[in-house]
Amino acid sequence: MWAAVLLAGIGCYLLKLAGLSLPERVLSHPTVERVADLIPVALLAALVAVQVVADGTSLTLDARVLGLAFAVVALLLRMPFLVVVVGAAVVAALARLV
Amino acid sequence: MTEPALTPSERSGIVRDGLAVGVATGAYGIGFGAVSVASGLSVAQTCVLSLLMFTGASQFALAGVVAAGGAPMSGAATALLLGTRNTLYGLRMAPLLRWRGWRRAAAAHVLIDESTAMSVNRESTAAARLGFLTTGGSVFVLWNLATAVGAFAGEAVGDPRTFGLDAAVGAAFLALLWPRLKDRRNVLVGVLAALVALSMVPITAPGVPVLAAGGVALLVGVLARGEDPTEIPGPGDVGGHR
Repeated sequence: MWAAVLLAGIGCYLLKLAGLSLPERVLSHPTVERVADLIPVALLAALVAVQVVADGTSLTLDARVLGLAFAVVALLLRMPFLVVVVGAAVVAALARLV
Repeated sequence: MTEPALTPSERSGIVRDGLAVGVATGAYGIGFGAVSVASGLSVAQTCVLSLLMFTGASQFALAGVVAAGGAPMSGAATALLLGTRNTLYGLRMAPLLRWRGWRRAAAAHVLIDESTAMSVNRESTAAARLGFLTTGGSVFVLWNLATAVGAFAGEAVGDPRTFGLDAAVGAAFLALLWPRLKDRRNVLVGVLAALVALSMVPITAPGVPVLAAGGVALLVGVLARGEDPTEIPGPGDVGGHR
């Protein structure tokens, strides 16, 4: 675990430094620019899906779905980040009590 | 290059906005600390992630993959892939910030969504630097303090399901994704990526589905046509400043 933490930590710093150091033209190819823009979209969407309905190697619907539903509503209402995240946790926790 | 100096009211406005974003984003570090410990990382590992990696989405990704039972290195790979967007921000910010040497090396550490959002639209280098440093600096200090608080609290809680912490992770990723969903192509890519990831869950090791979904970005990016301006977060896209 430590190796993964340190490797990813140092790697993420080097990615930031590369951005400030490389000439801007490395991004000038439209395909490179498009792929680079879409990577966070694809990864974040996949992370949402897996976090909410995956349980190990099976798919399951549980209280996490209600938490996500709350998050959607909160985001539509332009609530702050903290409200979205804490609210989703509270909704899921309450659903498990019922 | 000669630029007019910032007036005191411009300076205080930029500083105030930066601190507001710092407080809102930093507080959210409590969530990361709690989730990370609940995912199986130690308090020390959690704090090192916030100090060294210092980019929220990547930190949550590493913790999330580990929590799902994935190999730590799958988590690291996902974190690094998500970290590439900071490279894009840097390419866009470098001509505006114009730092060299050790200042550039130090600035790189606080090159994140929020510091970019609060400085990319400034009209002068002085204003951009001030916005970047106040936002990046205040987020860094508060994010790390909050991470430590959250980590110790998470350790006390034990089972992440008790307070719905497992549901908080999905909500966090959705909140990070949300500002990018204004674009229809992004919505399509997001839906496809989610479907690809879910279809892979039963047949691959945890951690692999998310990485495989990154392939959707590659495929759509190569097949799509037309110019697409690089997506840089604006002041409306960061927590607490809406």
